[in-house]
Amino acid sequence: MAEAIKVPTMAEYMAQGKKPEVLFWVGCSGSFDDRAKKITKAFVKLLHEAKVDFAVLGTEESCTGDPAKRAGNEFLFQMQAVTNIEVLNGYEIKKVVTACPHCFNTIKNEYPALGGNYEVMHHTTFLKSLLEEGRLKVEGGKFKGKRITFHDPCYLGRANNVYEAPRDLLRKLEVELVEMRKCKSNGLCCGAGGGQMFKEPEPGNKDVNIERTEQAMEVKPDIIAAGCPFCNTMMTDGVKGKNQEEKIEVMDVAEMIANAHDL
Amino acid sequence: MQLIAQIAFFIVLVAGIGFFTFNIRRVIRNVKLGRKVDRSDNPGERFAKMAKVAIGQSKMVKRPFAGFLHIIVYVGFIIINIEVLEIIIDGVFGTHRILSFLGSGYNFLIATFEILALLVLLGVIIFWLRRNVTNIYRFLGNELKGWPKNDANYILYFEMVLMILFLTMNGADYQLQLNGADHYAQNAGIAGSFPVSQFLLPWFEGFSTATLIIIERTAWWLHIVGILIFLNYLYYSKHLHILLAFPNVYLSKLTAQGKFDNLESVTNEVKLMMDPDADPYAMPAEGAEDEVPEKFGASDVMDLNQVQLLNAYTCTECGRCTDECPANQTGKKLSPRKIMMDTRDRLEEVGSIINEKGSFEDDGKQLLDNYILREELWACTTCNACVEACPIGIDPLSIILDMRRYLVMEQSAAPSDLANAMTNIENNGAPWPYNQMDRLNWAKEN
Repeated sequence: MAEAIKVPTMAEYMAQGKKPEVLFWVGCSGSFDDRAKKITKAFVKLLHEAKVDFAVLGTEESCTGDPAKRAGNEFLFQMQAVTNIEVLNGYEIKKVVTACPHCFNTIKNEYPALGGNYEVMHHTTFLKSLLEEGRLKVEGGKFKGKRITFHDPCYLGRANNVYEAPRDLLRKLEVELVEMRKCKSNGLCCGAGGGQMFKEPEPGNKDVNIERTEQAMEVKPDIIAAGCPFCNTMMTDGVKGKNQEEKIEVMDVAEMIANAHDL
Repeated sequence: MQLIAQIAFFIVLVAGIGFFTFNIRRVIRNVKLGRKVDRSDNPGERFAKMAKVAIGQSKMVKRPFAGFLHIIVYVGFIIINIEVLEIIIDGVFGTHRILSFLGSGYNFLIATFEILALLVLLGVIIFWLRRNVTNIYRFLGNELKGWPKNDANYILYFEMVLMILFLTMNGADYQLQLNGADHYAQNAGIAGSFPVSQFLLPWFEGFSTATLIIIERTAWWLHIVGILIFLNYLYYSKHLHILLAFPNVYLSKLTAQGKFDNLESVTNEVKLMMDPDADPYAMPAEGAEDEVPEKFGASDVMDLNQVQLLNAYTCTECGRCTDECPANQTGKKLSPRKIMMDTRDRLEEVGSIINEKGSFEDDGKQLLDNYILREELWACTTCNACVEACPIGIDPLSIILDMRRYLVMEQSAAPSDLANAMTNIENNGAPWPYNQMDRLNWAKEN
């Protein structure tokens, strides 16, 4: 059994009169969803490995309000936003990193008008910067030569034009990176955005995640790489729905790097 | 006779442009029914975007084949319109090819127009085949059945006929010049160069000068009258994009696509709720009693903003949005193109009530339910694929979001699963029913 990972909270930092380099915004999925928790832990291991001075809000963190806003509940969104901004500003947070593109988009784009101004980074962009600063080494390890396709999360790609950071990290893993027919700005949604994650789909002839999984299967990948906990869930379900779980794995980019390091 | 023709032409011209102006003013009035929205920021960046996306057609060529054909028709349309200037001057003053004093430059222009006219004709024929013969997904949508499909075809027929008339007019004119006919032949030699219409000459062989003049005059008149009819047809068709695409792109959102606007009316209420010093029993400010509290979100076109309404008039129903929509691709009812078509249809309906009665009177209908169904709205994943796909900066997603806002904040009519998720967020800060105090438990698990 591995030892419990050390995850400092902002409250602890405050008590010691310290300020971290970056706040890790874990998000609801990363905190509660069993699959997404693995991503959270993998990312924390990488933060430790790169000796990043980070902290989390822990029990002081609350939903950013993204699903509420996109479902039309602007009221609930702004209540969440204002509450979170009060906490973040109280700790004088300057830089935020998160493994969830929905949290990333909301804090980056929608919090400033409500008084929350931070430098916000998606974990793939942050990991890439660690790499460039020489704080983190990324090598192929067990993924060397594997066929990987990256599924662009809508709220990272189209919504914020981050396409290359996750791909650059994957290339560092010396994988064979293959692109789906629909990728980057033309990427197809996994089906979870806009509150769909929390409801049954409307009547149709197929689920969106199945459609996207079929597109991924066209390029015969060993692994579908994701950068979003919702996409991860949807693609994992899609792969199961197509009975491909023996052949295709769905992994977050951070998990792949941590695994390559045997962390 | 000549003078009568000149007067007739002048009347037709003024009437054509006058009626078009009349309808465009209605479009502007209808767009102004929407909420005001400030897009006066960053004029430089907006202009650059318009230059690239609208004038430069940068998004059209994302689909290379259709994009290439569209550029031909677009360039042809703009360039050939230079010739319309000459036609108008000739028509009003009874001159013949007034710009021919430009000499070889004029010949070059006419030759260019002819080649473009041929390319446009070919392009439009291919467009027609794509719409009517091949099975292209985005041309098969339910919302295109009936009038929209006919409308699209009428436009293509118009363009075909106009190009044929233009070339016929040139061919007959060329033959008349060769014959040395009065009014046509010039001392300086042949005015114009006719690389395409010269191939029509064998058809004119043996025709008397009088017959040729009838052919030339008929083609000339039908061409210019056709252009004026086409101009006036724009308002009744889906084709206003040839004018509105430019302002529409200029006024489109510049910020990250993922950034949705924060409703200011909500911000004010939230601030009041969070403010510990706020007096809950405070009397409303002087005069505030008369103010109607702002409606949250949109259930009808007047609740949308002016850019959204301009979007609706600008949409040319190409369907690239619907083609990219994940909900539509998987058989759901949602089609972003239909959202835009419904918005315009409802806006026109509201506009016709104003035309009749002087101001809007409730007709018992609205955009929500009478046009756009809840099932469509709830199928959206807010993935922005439709916004990305639109070649002229239309944002169907913003309308979907505003209508969801109405459903949730005015009617509490979210689907029950979603309502549960929102209750959870409200109660325990996560869309699932987990205790906020357990938020860091993952760190202790192995």
